[in-house]
Amino acid sequence: MNYSIVAENLTKKFGDFTAVDSVSFKVEKGEIFGFLGANGAGKSTTIRMLCGLLEPTSGDAVVGGFSIMNEPDKVKQSIGYMSQRFSLYNDLTIEENIEFFGAVYGLKGKLLEKRKKWVLEISNLIGKERTLTGDLPGGIKQRLALGVAVIHKPKILFLDEPTSGVDPISRRNFWDLINRFSDEGTTVLVTTHYLEEAEYCNDIILINAGRLIAEGNPQRLKTEYIDGNAFEIETENPVELMDILKKAKFIIDVSIFGKKIHVITKKQFEKPDELENYCTQNEFKIDRITRIVPTLEDVFIHLLEHGSKNAQQN
Amino acid sequence: MNGIIEINNLHRRYGETVALRGISLRIKKGEMFGFVGPDGAGKTTTIRIMCGLLNPGEGTVRLFDEDILEKRNVIQKRIGYLSQKFSLYGDLTVDENIEFFAEIHNVTDYKRRRDELLEFTRLKPFRKRLAEKLSGGMKQKLALACSLIHKPEILFLDEPTTGVDPVSRRDFWKILADLIKEKITIVMATPYLDEAERCSRVAMFNNGEIITCDTPDNIKKSIGLMSLEIVCKPIKVAYELLSSEINNDIQLFGDRINVLVKSQGETDSILRILNSGNVEVVDRRLTEPSIENVFMNLIKHRKLNG
Repeated sequence: MNYSIVAENLTKKFGDFTAVDSVSFKVEKGEIFGFLGANGAGKSTTIRMLCGLLEPTSGDAVVGGFSIMNEPDKVKQSIGYMSQRFSLYNDLTIEENIEFFGAVYGLKGKLLEKRKKWVLEISNLIGKERTLTGDLPGGIKQRLALGVAVIHKPKILFLDEPTSGVDPISRRNFWDLINRFSDEGTTVLVTTHYLEEAEYCNDIILINAGRLIAEGNPQRLKTEYIDGNAFEIETENPVELMDILKKAKFIIDVSIFGKKIHVITKKQFEKPDELENYCTQNEFKIDRITRIVPTLEDVFIHLLEHGSKNAQQN
Repeated sequence: MNGIIEINNLHRRYGETVALRGISLRIKKGEMFGFVGPDGAGKTTTIRIMCGLLNPGEGTVRLFDEDILEKRNVIQKRIGYLSQKFSLYGDLTVDENIEFFAEIHNVTDYKRRRDELLEFTRLKPFRKRLAEKLSGGMKQKLALACSLIHKPEILFLDEPTTGVDPVSRRDFWKILADLIKEKITIVMATPYLDEAERCSRVAMFNNGEIITCDTPDNIKKSIGLMSLEIVCKPIKVAYELLSSEINNDIQLFGDRINVLVKSQGETDSILRILNSGNVEVVDRRLTEPSIENVFMNLIKHRKLNG
């Protein structure tokens, strides 16, 4: 197998605090790899290490063929990085921003011209070269930020919450572009708070308190990591039903979705009938109950609140 | 029955830019009502007009059966507003921030209400902490507590969960569910279409208009399409093949493809196309479309027809 990133026992301590605790994972060439965790879980610290910006306390990672311990400068040259803050200069025009970032990556002359055209094309900004960046709406700024992050055609692209606060159409276009890069062989590592976006990933890891607690493709995470079953219940009074269900011993988690409720029950509790009986016993009328595949959000919250089997074994 | 909020034919321009082109809505007491749509679609403008912070160009807004322009001060005492860029005072403690908002709203006897809100938002252990030392999720809950100090009957939330992590988001939704239980009406704007699923009813905004308004389920049924999920390999060959052969909405998600289909016949022909390209179909199933699917579909049709 051809790997773009191999992290082995990556650890970072700040004084007594262990921000990243012996994290190991591998990212295949050309895949879209999701890196999930709550705020403060150690995502940004890990990404900064992988980008060669922060030296690990112990462990190492090979990124694009270079060790982050021994050759951080070569790592920096082979990657692209885009964060939620977009780091564009608002008082420069679109064209000036592209030229500036091109120069940072050492591009000049004809090659810079060629790449500039390419960036304008992929970010769909041809004809807008002289628009002031500060005047652009969020979605368009995001496309430009992505364009300048790949101006040197990096083999590996790091995206740190790239779509925070961006509207649905821009997000869809953004993911189309990411899929295109991946198709052309670029490896993409992305962090996001929006778990329906994690669905776009080939593989995902979840970290909590600096430790890796789950890994696999979205399908595997949804089917193997929840130690229980998921149901959806429709009712006229979801809030009331939520209170009733919260008291039940066989319930692990309840959350409300408009007129519906998502319930995670303990493993042995697997038939909708049993759940329906419980509601009837409590004199509560429900309209419909179906067993569902839990969403990634269900799994994520479950793992953070109840821990992971695998993490305990480690 | 009249709604707690009645909006009729709202128009608004900013100079040359048309922000709203005739918005009409009726929201009932106790609803968890969602505004979804892209940036610049008119969500924030509508909320600001409803709160009396911005005058409409044309049209009327009635809250509690009173006109917002005539009874602005009375109405504003009965509503709460949490804006996109909520402002807390970093150098004040949690307690002091709430006290400050109590003073703004002329709530003199606020101590008991403050305790309630701190309990409710689970911020009690942090009451002496400076606001700037709180995590993002906690800041957001504090801002929510501040906007509730005067016991509003309607709460307007403008993109409250942007940039907040999933654990804090779920916590936030639990708090909102408790508010709904107290019969508070909530109107929330969000650019995240999956959050629409959390609402009892949703208005989809696009380009200053409401393109559809209903329960999430009815909205999903309205387009008469199902989502065909196909797990197959090699996935990129499959995606290219389908993109060139059919006009349906196609999305690539890691190791699977979602295609919007009308009928079993379409499913069969898609499977035939994949088969002819030597794509191995590992698994497939039909599910209801996502709210995002519906939104993209409606916008596409409007473009074609408009």
